[in-house]
Amino acid sequence: MGMSHCSILGAHPDVEVVAMCDTDSLLQSAFKKLTSIKCYTDYKKMIEEEKPDAVYVVTPTKLHYEMVMFALEHNCHVFCEKPFSLDYEEGKTMVAVAKARNLVNQVGYCNRYVGTFNEMRRLLKAGVIGKPFHFMGENYGPVVLKRKGGTWRSTKSNGGGCLFDYAAHVLDLINYILDDVAIDAKGTFMPSIFSSDVDDAVYSTLIMESGLRGQLAVNWSDDTHRKATTSLKIEGDGGKLEADTTTLKIYVKQDIPEHNLVKGWNVKYITDLTPQVFFNLRGEEFSLENDNFIQCIKDPSLENRNTFESALNTDFIIHKLMDDASQQ
Amino acid sequence: MEMDKVILGDNQFFAVNHLSDERSRQQAVRFKDDKAIINVLDTAMECGVNTFMCTTHDRIANICEHMRQSSGKYSDFKFYPCMPYAHKYANAVTELGILGTLKAYLPGNLLSVVSKSGIAYARKDFPALMELLVDAEMKMFRGLNTPVIFLQNVMTDLLYGLGMKEILVHFAEYIRKKYNAEPGFITMNLPQMVDFCEENGIDNPVICSSINKIGFRMSGSIERYEKYLRSDKKFRPIAMQCLAAGALNPQEAFEYVGQFKKIESVLFGASSRAHIQQNYNMINSLL
Repeated sequence: MGMSHCSILGAHPDVEVVAMCDTDSLLQSAFKKLTSIKCYTDYKKMIEEEKPDAVYVVTPTKLHYEMVMFALEHNCHVFCEKPFSLDYEEGKTMVAVAKARNLVNQVGYCNRYVGTFNEMRRLLKAGVIGKPFHFMGENYGPVVLKRKGGTWRSTKSNGGGCLFDYAAHVLDLINYILDDVAIDAKGTFMPSIFSSDVDDAVYSTLIMESGLRGQLAVNWSDDTHRKATTSLKIEGDGGKLEADTTTLKIYVKQDIPEHNLVKGWNVKYITDLTPQVFFNLRGEEFSLENDNFIQCIKDPSLENRNTFESALNTDFIIHKLMDDASQQ
Repeated sequence: MEMDKVILGDNQFFAVNHLSDERSRQQAVRFKDDKAIINVLDTAMECGVNTFMCTTHDRIANICEHMRQSSGKYSDFKFYPCMPYAHKYANAVTELGILGTLKAYLPGNLLSVVSKSGIAYARKDFPALMELLVDAEMKMFRGLNTPVIFLQNVMTDLLYGLGMKEILVHFAEYIRKKYNAEPGFITMNLPQMVDFCEENGIDNPVICSSINKIGFRMSGSIERYEKYLRSDKKFRPIAMQCLAAGALNPQEAFEYVGQFKKIESVLFGASSRAHIQQNYNMINSLL
């Protein structure tokens, strides 16, 4: 992810990428030989010497706290990859410090910039499916398909595991689309399928602050999917919404002309719901999230769609899921 | 070197569908066997299509082997390889790390100073490492026609954004020198790439990019793309995603592309005879 962010920022008309920090020697020599970006192996030295306006923390989750805090204390705006923090109290501290110092802060939950999901959120808010009574959030993909470890993703203490690394995306999406906060989890089941130290799937019932309930089903050892597939369904007394990253299906029980919906099924495609971006590397959502962060630095009055605070809510439910699973 | 106007792509064979995950699933089932892919390629040839643009997916190696063994039938058939097959490397990097991936895909012993790979690695000679990776990807096409060789958009755009110009320039030079082929770049950012090639002396590159009536995946703006397509800048555009993942009907889609004299070819994915023939006829008459 670090390379992608670096490339997108490199192509952003308002950004100058001054330095990178990494301990991988091959990456270090590639940057030294092929780019004009300065290379460091000590992030503290980099921040002290370069005095950047903003810092991207794109490391294993375990390292987020010390790096984010150091950057904030040096008055840098901070973008941090997801999940935000392994420790809820540390997460709270980061939120508080960023707020007190009035620094722009963002976490890399890129689904918040996907057109189909945003349209789903808008229509839900507009009440097209009436009062929602149930949701289903799913995320499947082929990440861990063999019985062997080796990277930080296979170690619990580093923030590995399907819950932290994969389910986090759909949990954050549920909070965002429902404009609500998941506060509790029941009947949580987190099996290891191939991994020895971490979970490979997460199944649970989530309870939102508003009282709404729904299911979560996530599996990163699923090779029936070519790549990560995230979807959300919401049922209401007036209809149903089903979205993934390509398609939004809307079922309504009556015509709703003000939203251009006819009784029955309506389908909207990502082709009509994707705004133009300045540069596209791996999908518009990555460019949009980076641009949102940069524009918020330029103009703090703009809406930041993805703050530390909202990511902390996602951390909260991650911990609830872990607690509940351990009691099963 | 003249390019065919009509080029068949391979997304449909590998369950890539930009509009529907359900459709991808159906495709995965249909093209489980290599024979099913070969059948579509044979159908495409009967319809008049003679160029197949494909990723360096492991299964393409089997298709290449089939074609070598029945060489008479496929002697005019052309491959436009696109490398690297990103998922292969992305999965490998996740699982094995960067060094592990290089070890897995480069020939010889990476840690030995007597192998070509070992020397390039020890010296951190990135252009030489790139050459070795290109050669490794090209192996499956030995003995077949590959008049244009592409760098995939994930790699083109990543290197562009990082400012790693040298590798892009070296790719173009190496493809011309070693494979006597035209270098191609697939990109999601056509205007930037055209300017980049112009500024860095990559002469008249083949550039494959999304070009469609509704501006889907045309970064910056559709107007900017149109300006470049009407300009006298030196590049050879291939239009892809003309149907905007199915949002446009073929007639209006190809009519739009046909208005730009500069566009030399159109890339599309289809697997039924009716669709291939329809697209072939329309592209030929409108381009």
